[in-house]
Amino acid sequence: MALLEVENLRTYFYTRGGIIRAVDNVSFSLEQGETMGIVGESGSGKSVTCYSILGLIPRPPGKIVSGCARFGGMDLLSCPKEQLRRVQGKRISMIFQDPMTSLNPYMRVSDQLVEPLLVHEKMRRSQALAKAIVSLEEVGIQDAASRIDLYPHQFSGGMRQRVMIAMALISRPEILIADEPTTSLDVTVQAQILELIKKRQKDLGTAVIFITHDLGVVASFCNYVNVMYAGRIVESAPTDEIFARPMHPYNAALQQSIPALHKKGQPLFTIPGLPPDLTIDFRGCPFASRCAHAADICKEQNPALKQMVSGHKTACIRFQRGEIAEVGLRNVVSAV
Amino acid sequence: MSAYLELENLTTHFPIYKGTILRRQTGSVKAVDGVNLQLRAGEILGLVGESGCGKSTLARTIMQLIPNTGGSVLLEGRNFSKITGRALRSERVNFQMIFQDPYASLNPRMTVYDTLAEAIQTRQQIGGKLLLGKVAKLMATVGLPANQMRRYPHEFSGGQRQRIAIARALAPEPKLIIADEPVSALDVSIQSQILNLIAKLCREMNLTMIFISHDISVVKYISDRIAVMYLGRLVELGPATEVVEKPLHPYTKALVSAIPVPDPQVERRRQRIILQGDPPSPMNPPAGCAFHPRCPYAIAACKAQRPELEQKEPNRLAACIRVGEI
Repeated sequence: MALLEVENLRTYFYTRGGIIRAVDNVSFSLEQGETMGIVGESGSGKSVTCYSILGLIPRPPGKIVSGCARFGGMDLLSCPKEQLRRVQGKRISMIFQDPMTSLNPYMRVSDQLVEPLLVHEKMRRSQALAKAIVSLEEVGIQDAASRIDLYPHQFSGGMRQRVMIAMALISRPEILIADEPTTSLDVTVQAQILELIKKRQKDLGTAVIFITHDLGVVASFCNYVNVMYAGRIVESAPTDEIFARPMHPYNAALQQSIPALHKKGQPLFTIPGLPPDLTIDFRGCPFASRCAHAADICKEQNPALKQMVSGHKTACIRFQRGEIAEVGLRNVVSAV
Repeated sequence: MSAYLELENLTTHFPIYKGTILRRQTGSVKAVDGVNLQLRAGEILGLVGESGCGKSTLARTIMQLIPNTGGSVLLEGRNFSKITGRALRSERVNFQMIFQDPYASLNPRMTVYDTLAEAIQTRQQIGGKLLLGKVAKLMATVGLPANQMRRYPHEFSGGQRQRIAIARALAPEPKLIIADEPVSALDVSIQSQILNLIAKLCREMNLTMIFISHDISVVKYISDRIAVMYLGRLVELGPATEVVEKPLHPYTKALVSAIPVPDPQVERRRQRIILQGDPPSPMNPPAGCAFHPRCPYAIAACKAQRPELEQKEPNRLAACIRVGEI
């Protein structure tokens, strides 16, 4: 049985400008120890999906309209708050994009690190502190014992992200949700942090949900990928499949627009137009207006995610009907 | 080769003061520390490096938004860093800048027309129909419908705003454009549209450009040459493709190897050089080669002497004493 199973999740925001359908009918399941990527551009609903699971959506304006998230015999979306609290930061924890805004600037790192242990494990402070020092050492912070009493601003960006990781993993969660954890970091530091998450994941056997917009990070880090567009999952497959045999035109187009895959002087491939306005309750495929393969049916029928071959699902109606066999040719990859 | 823009030993240091009553200078941040560079007209130079390495300070120093503390900026042989006030402002129409965040760099209270008209008028005192026509033409150049010129920035998407920012930079008909991370804030699909636009404009208008980015794959695609910066100094300079595919300096090697490639099969085969630690503080850079504490190839001699940027191969410069050995 899957560790986490999300079904038909719909999260809407009720604003003055209308109802924003940020997440619209998303289903996926996460196996033990797996690393699952969620890729998409800004506004595609990847963060909102994960926030919904952990009960972090501000209500109002947000509302979980439908769906369930089964985890350890309970539904995270409908269970009582106290029950959810015992999961948050204990069995499922999260790292955010910007470690400066997600650490409390007024609290010493030590106080922030021991908090999950004091709350969830009811440990004594001295005991928790000893454990916190070990956890800092495990994420590669030297002199942890003397640096644990510093404030977040006394650490560099990469070090702060290490503190965040230590904090998220201190209670040995079953699932770690990483929301663009390396986006605000330099590439050399990004490589360090990715390596670190990989290593800690191996040590602890944690499953990871990795949210990113960077297909390169996905290729190096995840074993399964969900591609999101306009609040829906449009394709999901094992990483190799997502890259080798894209089955949704959006996924193919996204990959083709990466500059690394282009020769110099050759114009970059672009996707025409803009993502749809999510306040409009449109019919049909959300990508239809920008898609090179779109036909009349795409604008009329709502697509559903369907399995084509084992483990590989697509929400492209025309692909499902066998009308298009190949959604895009991939150029040869040169190093970088 | 006659250089259009020439930087001679350009230095920008920021003083650090201590004390409130007995205020005295206790040190300085060497943000740009002796940069030599020549750009010919029509060339696109990519400038890469980690955050804090001085890329943006270098850009702002060339623009004279920050005065340099040493060296000079020569524009077609004229010393741009010596002039001030009105003369500087009239010279500046030849240089324009595009910034990273199109949400912050456009005035939210000015319509697109106001923004572009003001920029056009820095070079030409025109008005009325003539000005209107110029604004419309500019908008068409960057791929925006001219009937939207009375709109405000918030009515546009991120990619469209960056187009407005590009139009504003083009308005005074500059010869040199410095683009400071112009696509970093944009999504992949929008990023490729803007890169195509920049490449096309440079070609058609024969613009000279310094393109700053932390993303080597973007820089490799768009630029003719790449300069790699570390802690205020250039460590490598050469033709874009060669620098990325066969880097000479160990820092460039590490930078290239840190970039994840969007291909899982390539990723599995790759050997990564993972640098330890963060870049050191530019307040007191390490003695000798500034990169030696993080460099996997460092030897004792690297600590003793600061390497100069010198020619190692035809057209290729690097600041490393061990280039031939590693």
